[in-house]
Amino acid sequence: MSDVSLDTRAMTGAPTGPGDGARRGSAGRGASARRPGRRIGRGHWLVHLLLATGAIVMVFPFIWQTLTAFKTFQDSVQVPPVVIPDPWVFTNFAEVFDSMPFGQMFLNSVLLTVGRTVGQVVLCTMAGYAFARIPFPGRNVVFVLFLSVLMVPSQLYLLPQYEIIQALGWLNTLQALIVPGIFSAFGTFLMRQFFMSMPAELEEAARIDGANPWQTFWRIMVPLAKPGIVALTVFTVLWSWNDLLWPLVVTTDPEKMPLSVGLSQLVGLHGTDYPVLMAGALLATLPMLVTFMILQRQFIQGIAFSGTKG
Amino acid sequence: MTDLIAQRTAAPISELDRGRPQAAPGRPGRPRRRSPGQSAWWALLFIGPTALGLLAFYLWPTVRTLIMSFTKSGPFGGSEFVGLENYTRLLQDPELLGALRNSAVYTVIALVGIPIAVAIAALLNTAGLRGRSVYRTLYFIPVVTMPAAIALVWRMIYNGDYGVLNEMLAVFGIDGRSWLTDPSTALVAIAVVGIWAGLGTNIVIFLAGLQGIPDTIMEAADLDGAGPIRKFFSITIPLLSPSIFFVSVISVIGALQVFDLVYMMLGANNPAMPNTRTIVYLFYEAGFIDNERGYAAAIAFLLLLIILALTVIQFRLQKKWVHYE
Repeated sequence: MSDVSLDTRAMTGAPTGPGDGARRGSAGRGASARRPGRRIGRGHWLVHLLLATGAIVMVFPFIWQTLTAFKTFQDSVQVPPVVIPDPWVFTNFAEVFDSMPFGQMFLNSVLLTVGRTVGQVVLCTMAGYAFARIPFPGRNVVFVLFLSVLMVPSQLYLLPQYEIIQALGWLNTLQALIVPGIFSAFGTFLMRQFFMSMPAELEEAARIDGANPWQTFWRIMVPLAKPGIVALTVFTVLWSWNDLLWPLVVTTDPEKMPLSVGLSQLVGLHGTDYPVLMAGALLATLPMLVTFMILQRQFIQGIAFSGTKG
Repeated sequence: MTDLIAQRTAAPISELDRGRPQAAPGRPGRPRRRSPGQSAWWALLFIGPTALGLLAFYLWPTVRTLIMSFTKSGPFGGSEFVGLENYTRLLQDPELLGALRNSAVYTVIALVGIPIAVAIAALLNTAGLRGRSVYRTLYFIPVVTMPAAIALVWRMIYNGDYGVLNEMLAVFGIDGRSWLTDPSTALVAIAVVGIWAGLGTNIVIFLAGLQGIPDTIMEAADLDGAGPIRKFFSITIPLLSPSIFFVSVISVIGALQVFDLVYMMLGANNPAMPNTRTIVYLFYEAGFIDNERGYAAAIAFLLLLIILALTVIQFRLQKKWVHYE
């Protein structure tokens, strides 16, 4: 509240506070033209120092991971540590491919991610649109049911989900990894929020022209909903590629595992042979990292969007 | 989480209801609307697939878990009704007390990540800062990295014999230790990784909140002679409090459900496990290693109750410190 009054006072320049406040106010305004240049020079030096220190903490583990992936095992256990690999070896990567069907796991991860993402984007966009724009009896009740799914932790449905997959004979199949993941209360909610924020006039026009709801949705709303769809896509891609618990319980055959489970297998096989583990971890994370570097803006906006609207 | 969402959506739902009377057919002067019956069919088409999927894979399984928590599986696959036995056994389980304590400690440490994220977001929001997007990208990298891989990297860094963390500490004359097998440090070590991994998401959310604070307010404070520290605590923090509240609710829920990091960083035979095993890890052990489904279901329900209780408490407390415009 006090902020608002502060604001108005500045806008109108009315000396509502004690006389001293108003005097200082006008003095400050006069000085503000000169101030920025000097302040940036001095203040930003400290800001950069702090931010750069933090950035090193954020990035160092990845640099160390990459360096280790190219070290010999002997180099990796040296005390004091060998920083730059000497010699650079590529055998760790070969070792990863020798000890597990890494190529197949990579493919499984890609299929899992694409399958879940396409399914979720299509289904959640449709459902979100209907919740926002198509009135039907009992809509709020159904919507609250959807929201209740959001509330419960995944552990609560994990066991019966597993039993359903087992009963369907889907253990160690791609559909076990994909199918439960294409239905999302979160995604539906996110898209509903997005459609709610769009002006209704757009659809009025389409409806007057005789378009049915599907045509209105597909031709008018989906193209306009791109930012929401991008956010949902980013969120789903990240979640799918990195998911561990569900793939861990439904796959036991290495040929059917995605990379996240593969990495946990690699630990069992190589224990503390860190160069091999790091080579595996690097191979498993690199695709997402490269995608992120290319689509930075979409990733960051997508997470900010799903983080604030979700 | 639902409370949060319900609160955020309460207004839109009622707004929509207001639109309904218009949908009545045959209103003069307006193009004829589809009848309610017709739009119900369209709604079924749009919502039906997701509704069925959620019902089959989420809602029904949740009900199943509740039923399961009152049963015990027999040796030949069948299950018998045992009433509250799983719950009474759970409440007497010494491992539960340990797991609750571990989860509580983990959650409290995880919350330390919030002020760190606010501080970094505020620094990033400095007017005219160069290289902002470079920093933002660097802080965001762990967010796009698989937790399983993150866990492996930090296992290596934390290693007691040749881990690089101990080597760095040695430079300052600090004796390291085997961080992940030492029962007194394992949980903290994992929680630090949790903070580190989630920092990027929180920074981005706070940055969005900070950019929503009108410049005029800050200028007004400048005119009143407020210094940067004063401005930060008297203006930035109160105006950012809805975002801080949101992130803290999500962080508590996430911290209570931590699994990937514990599973990947410790391994089953770790001597520090009793001091690190969280509620979800206890659930995983009961359900998928010991194959005691009914018992695991009871643990899952206890987890739900804890999450609900903490979320309700947070919503009660928010009135004291969250400022909505």
